[in-house]
Amino acid sequence: MRGRASGLVDLYLQELKTSLAAMLQYRAALGIWLIGSILQPLIYLVVWSTVSGSGGGSVGPYDARDFAAYYIALMIINQVTYTWVMYEFDYRIRQGTFSTALLRPVHPIHTDIADNIASKIVSLPVMLVAAGAMTLLFHPAFRTTAWAAAVFVPAMILAYGVRFITEWTVALAAFWTTRSSAINQIHFMAVLFFSGQIAPLALLPAPLRIASYILPFRWSVGFPVELILGRLTPGQALTGLAVQAGWLVAGFGLLRLAWRGSVKKYSAVGA
Amino acid sequence: MRFFKLLWVFLRVGVMGEVSYRANFLAHLIESALELGTALGGLAIIFAHTGNLGGWRPDELVTLVGVYFLVGGIIGLIIQPSMEQLTESVHDGTLDFVLTKPEDSQLLVSIWRLELWKLTDIGLGIAVLAVSLARLGERVGVKEAAAFAVAILAGGVIIYSFWLILATTAFWLVRVENILVIFQSVYEAGRWPVSIYPAWLRFALTFLIPVAFAITVPAQGLAGRLNWGTLAGAGAFAVLLFVVARAFWRIGVRHYSGASA
Repeated sequence: MRGRASGLVDLYLQELKTSLAAMLQYRAALGIWLIGSILQPLIYLVVWSTVSGSGGGSVGPYDARDFAAYYIALMIINQVTYTWVMYEFDYRIRQGTFSTALLRPVHPIHTDIADNIASKIVSLPVMLVAAGAMTLLFHPAFRTTAWAAAVFVPAMILAYGVRFITEWTVALAAFWTTRSSAINQIHFMAVLFFSGQIAPLALLPAPLRIASYILPFRWSVGFPVELILGRLTPGQALTGLAVQAGWLVAGFGLLRLAWRGSVKKYSAVGA
Repeated sequence: MRFFKLLWVFLRVGVMGEVSYRANFLAHLIESALELGTALGGLAIIFAHTGNLGGWRPDELVTLVGVYFLVGGIIGLIIQPSMEQLTESVHDGTLDFVLTKPEDSQLLVSIWRLELWKLTDIGLGIAVLAVSLARLGERVGVKEAAAFAVAILAGGVIIYSFWLILATTAFWLVRVENILVIFQSVYEAGRWPVSIYPAWLRFALTFLIPVAFAITVPAQGLAGRLNWGTLAGAGAFAVLLFVVARAFWRIGVRHYSGASA
């Protein structure tokens, strides 16, 4: 058992090294991708600040400086939990490159996790600089408390886990249909609305807001954002951690189920 | 007009290639519709909290979304695929075949590859515009329609010239696909009136990456909130940028050294 665990650690270290080397080779592509992930929260920050400006200074519980804090925190947290496995799976299955991954003695999800972490190591410093610049430009009001900052750490880890596992599971749809891009698009849209990117979830109409509490998207982005901004009571925070843990377990179960069915379905040349 | 004759030829070839993948068209239609749903849904959430966004009323912003899809569709249909093809052929030397043809080389590389399923975006954009026009009602008269036509023509020329200038840098830099991708991620900013952005971003979206002329200005025209000065400015900028792009293209071609050139 110990041998297996240390083997996995070795695998992660090696994959991290390889991915980092590859990332640094494609710096330009990474930089351009980052422009998009900075611009989107910036746009919504401006839009909502404008709305609060014309609505007598605030919208619900948010004023302009709260929106600034919200979208700066969202930008960083969304970046940490972001995955692109869905777009990659589509390519992998259609091109048959997944055959090699299946032949390896470890589950292919480990390679993806290592790859994801490597990209975050490279991109996060850039995002933090962007967050610093936006802080100077928009004067955000952060109202973090000490306990919230402490709970934020496990909340972030759970958020990363929930998002990775659920998105990896959805990505498996590529095994079943060659047009998974429509499914990806639906998922992308759900993330925009239900994770708190188009608007803070408190501003959504009631039916959407209630749905967002049940679906996994809030638990991988919106919840840690609200937590670090000091917008949750201790009770809400603990309930949130429990829901996150619940989604992690449920997602893990779904992943195993879907994985077994999907691999059987796979038929590339040579498989 | 030789331009339309050539465009017709490329269009026919494109259709012949694309009809073999008819199901693709449906998939793309679903994707475009989802994207439109996202845009309109976002507007619905915002206007649940306010009556206007930076002075723009809901119907006017729907007009803006329509223009956003229409212009985005035109870029995706002709400009983007052709310009990407251009940088690729500079890279692998196949541009030689274009330069030896008896037609104007700039014209050929500007329409030689069409991404036909982007017609879905154009169709949806026109549909949204039609609905918003019906809602704006008699506020849209001949004057507004004319302003819109001029503005969207100027915006189209500006965007095309901008892309051509960027793609032409391939003659020196060879690998410029990445620069072209920046445009797409910035284009999304055009879904909102540029007047709401802070000054530095507004400047960037007007002159560095001219999204404002392509989307905000035509939508302003239709909503009757465009002054003639802005319209004249857009027209002058379009002419200027087109002349610069054409001159730059000529210099680039002279600089080109393909496999057999």
